[in-house]
Amino acid sequence: MSFWFWRGLQKGVQTTRYPRAYENAAGVTPGRPVATQFSSAHEAALAAQVCPVGAITPQDNSARVNLALCIHCQRCHFGDEPVMEWRSDYEWTRLPDTQQRYEPLPKAYKRSLHIIVVDAGDCGACLHEVKQLNTPFYNMHRLGMFFTATPRAADLLVVVGPVSENMRVPLLKTYEAMPNPKKVLAVGTCAISGGIFGQSFVSAGGVSSILPVDLEIPGDPAPPLAILHGLLVVTGRKAPVGHESASERSS
Amino acid sequence: MMVTPAPLTAPKKLEIEEIAAAVRDRFGPAVLVSRGQGGVVLSVSLFEPTTHPPISKMLFWDMGCSFGGIVVEELKGKWRLSYLFLSAGCGWVEVLVEAPSTVSALPSISSEVHAADWHEREAEDLFGLRFEGHPRLGDFILHDQMWPEGVAPHRKLHRELIDVHQEHFRRRPNSEWRPLLVVQDPGAFAMPVGPIYEGGLGQSVHFLLETVGEDVVRAVPRLFYNFRAVEKIAEEQPVSRVLLLAERFAATSSFAHSLAFCLAVERISSTQVPARAKNLRILLSELERLRHHAGAITGICESTALSVATSQAAIIEERLLRACCQFTGHRYLFGLNTPGGLRRDFSAESCTELLKAIDRAVADLHALEDGLYFTSSFLDRLEDVGIVDPDKARDLNFVGPVGRASACSGDLRRDCPYEGYETYQFEVPREIEGDGYARLRILFQEAYQSARLVQQATHRLEPGQISAPCEPLSGGVALGWAEAPIGPALHWLRLDASGLVERYRVMTASFNNWLGFRVAVEDFAFQDFPIILATFGLSPTECDR
Repeated sequence: MSFWFWRGLQKGVQTTRYPRAYENAAGVTPGRPVATQFSSAHEAALAAQVCPVGAITPQDNSARVNLALCIHCQRCHFGDEPVMEWRSDYEWTRLPDTQQRYEPLPKAYKRSLHIIVVDAGDCGACLHEVKQLNTPFYNMHRLGMFFTATPRAADLLVVVGPVSENMRVPLLKTYEAMPNPKKVLAVGTCAISGGIFGQSFVSAGGVSSILPVDLEIPGDPAPPLAILHGLLVVTGRKAPVGHESASERSS
Repeated sequence: MMVTPAPLTAPKKLEIEEIAAAVRDRFGPAVLVSRGQGGVVLSVSLFEPTTHPPISKMLFWDMGCSFGGIVVEELKGKWRLSYLFLSAGCGWVEVLVEAPSTVSALPSISSEVHAADWHEREAEDLFGLRFEGHPRLGDFILHDQMWPEGVAPHRKLHRELIDVHQEHFRRRPNSEWRPLLVVQDPGAFAMPVGPIYEGGLGQSVHFLLETVGEDVVRAVPRLFYNFRAVEKIAEEQPVSRVLLLAERFAATSSFAHSLAFCLAVERISSTQVPARAKNLRILLSELERLRHHAGAITGICESTALSVATSQAAIIEERLLRACCQFTGHRYLFGLNTPGGLRRDFSAESCTELLKAIDRAVADLHALEDGLYFTSSFLDRLEDVGIVDPDKARDLNFVGPVGRASACSGDLRRDCPYEGYETYQFEVPREIEGDGYARLRILFQEAYQSARLVQQATHRLEPGQISAPCEPLSGGVALGWAEAPIGPALHWLRLDASGLVERYRVMTASFNNWLGFRVAVEDFAFQDFPIILATFGLSPTECDR
């Protein structure tokens, strides 16, 4: 029995150095398509046509990407030319389109964040990636972040999935049971826009049609480091995409 | 501790002609036996629905077939119900019932074939078809506290019902609704678990555990919280779009599901998939199984609160996820399958890298397995806990690793091979105890077999095409199947003349095994419940669709 202790020591520290240093290990993120310049408007239009969910829009010689719709099908990554440029990063957390100002949780939460997760129609991928934060590679405890079993103790609601009709009421009840101040983080493309399930008689097509969403993390699924970035943004230790300068001023 | 399975007499392999002859002999004038189409080898059409229960009983109990599922279709002016049975070694047999669409009740077969129970409840909820003789219909997929009676959203004539602007969307729950409780002893109470439990880290499912104190007397899983109506929203969509749905409704086995879907499309269009693509598909399927099993083992360690082992298993799993991402560009193998083959090729170097990662995972799994088998406090929580004895497993038609731990050794890779599995060397492990420990052993053994299959597949990769054109698509119907990590994945697809999806039906192993899950939980103590749940490794979202 005691050998487990010895084995644990033998394995050494596996934990990522993120956020102190950028994690560059292979396979931590699938990457994402980014705005790409093409040699002609025709090529840009061709590249945009490949996308089955209309996440790519051509604009003159370039093509822009709306990550809120991207389902990581990789059609624009590995396919017939012209293909989009992909970037292997993971700091994707951003404000919803409806919000302009970014307000993290008060300072007291900086190293003490309690999180409740709700699977609202998720396929299991995003939920699984959230779970990975508890494993040795990501170990969010070292950052003072904890999953909690009850909404009464939670500061942050993480929602995965497009919000299925049967989960709508449990989700609302969870939100209502949380004390203030509270934040809602939509993880994954489904939670942002409904993803491939869209809006239907059993899918609300995203969390924002049910609850006010404070931050969103695109990705299908969002990799663990992207979610970790999101948690750091919630606690004010990182800035959301496009707001880096604002956070530098405040720090 | 380790018990070698007794050499049970293997079920006699039947030829398809034998089955046909037996059915003709017994039901002669009442049926029409013909060759099936679209992957089904034998079709038994009934002239009179009442002959159905005895025929199903004969196929399941006398012929040793396993039950696949029910496909309900609403074609022009008539119902078409296809009941699928698998005869190991010879293929899929369908019992076909057709009735005018004015008919609203059909005989139930679930008193003869218990595994059909949930399929009939599902058809009742979604199509409004009643099954006469079924003990409990209603309140299944459409939860009664939220949905009014009489909604049959999968019916074609109810097109307007699925309009999102209808007022039934966003209604309030009925506060009068109470669950049905059965245990009436003095002091009996029901302990609700879920749908949000373990801090939300468990997938959404609700359990009502009825008890009089220590032991769970009755356990009712209430599923379908994640019901996204995949089958309905696929209708009238092009195949390319439905492929994305097939891949994304259950991430734990996304490759297997997209493969089963592609196989159905290829069967309709009679596409020959190039050899390289076939071998790569086997490679990726087995990679997915290895990763899934590493995850399931992590779950079992976690449920027993053995924290170092949990961490060690989680390291193996995360490394495999990273290896998948490095190899394919996606941690969960999304975006690889396409009708006709694969969407991208892999270089020999990346295959070598993958093999290295797999060798490392296998070595780590061996070390973990040795450690676990020497940890008595861990084994005490698994041994003789959550027992499903072989008779019950057969009765409820358990499939996948859970079934193989209870002597139901069905495996589509061997019993009904696809993509050339028949040319590969692998073993299908089998245990007979049916307890949590047997299920854990199966997971380890299958993981090693998967690694072996990946190695074989990489050695067979000859340069060549990775996909064949699979267009244009016109009408047709076919069944596609694949052995997903948790058991068989069956995808039934009917395309209309313009190549759009007319009916898409997904039958998953989780749907099958959740039905029998209560058998393992009942009569065991409360504290065993999370462990039994982990050793089953079922996916609610795969069941819910």
